[in-house]
Amino acid sequence: MKFGVVVFPGSNCDEDIIYTLQHIMGQDVVRLWHKDKDLQGADFIVLPGGFSFGDYLRSGAIAKFSPIMQEIISFANKGGNVLGICNGFQILTEAGLLPGALLQNKNQKFICANTYIKAETNDSLVTSQIDLNKALKIPIAHGEGNYFADADTLKKLDDNDQVLFRYCDYNGNITAESNLNGSINNIAGVSNKNRNVFGLMPHPERASNSLLANDDGLILFESILSTVY
Amino acid sequence: MKFIAEINVMPLKEILDPQGKAVAGSMKNLGLSNIKNVRIGKHITLELEAENEAAARESVEQACKQLLANLIMESYEFDLKAI
Repeated sequence: MKFGVVVFPGSNCDEDIIYTLQHIMGQDVVRLWHKDKDLQGADFIVLPGGFSFGDYLRSGAIAKFSPIMQEIISFANKGGNVLGICNGFQILTEAGLLPGALLQNKNQKFICANTYIKAETNDSLVTSQIDLNKALKIPIAHGEGNYFADADTLKKLDDNDQVLFRYCDYNGNITAESNLNGSINNIAGVSNKNRNVFGLMPHPERASNSLLANDDGLILFESILSTVY
Repeated sequence: MKFIAEINVMPLKEILDPQGKAVAGSMKNLGLSNIKNVRIGKHITLELEAENEAAARESVEQACKQLLANLIMESYEFDLKAI
């Protein structure tokens, strides 16, 4: 399995995801600079967190025009697997690869905190091995993570089982209090209809090492590896 | 011909605008309790060259739709003037 991690100017979680994939999961990883036009044979693309292009205009709005993104859009449209974490999720919505948009957090503040999320479906590469009753402790760190989609889109997300994660409390209850950024229907992550593009605001790569006293995020990467190939 | 476009990008009406809400709240502190609703967007000015006004309008439309506004959460409008 060869993962390609895209580095944009302003990405700051690229090393974290590379460390997790390479050293914890034992996978091949190649760094893809945003100006590259070649995915270097990567089977699975990851867009990391950070502040690509300084979040100018809107988070992810400028990154979608990077040369590598044109390759990734065509890779995804041919069925290639793409995961966006935090800023990566914002870029994927801006690029039209995932439905909806990420608005400013409802409290207008940058939130850096542990949250609990619950997987909603096992029918996706990133959630296939997750116990649907378990609340996973995964940190968030964003100013624009308030997921929004119009009523038609939300219905399609539910009808097609595209919601991957919702914010919940420690016990797995989906409550307003646990929805720190104000996301509609507590949505923390979604997939596209074809189930090959995935996005989530929480950072599983920051919770994948027992040395950091939290490895709840590992199960996402284990899910990917257990399902692909 | 040279044109200047004055573009306003606003959050969609159905979307909560927390920034506007916070500013509206502080109007009370100013003693301006008659100000009820504040919404905050972006004003973007751009200069462009085009053969005629229709071509200029088309370029600005494309800029708005593909980059300056995200139509899932924002709307846009603009004035175009020859300079």
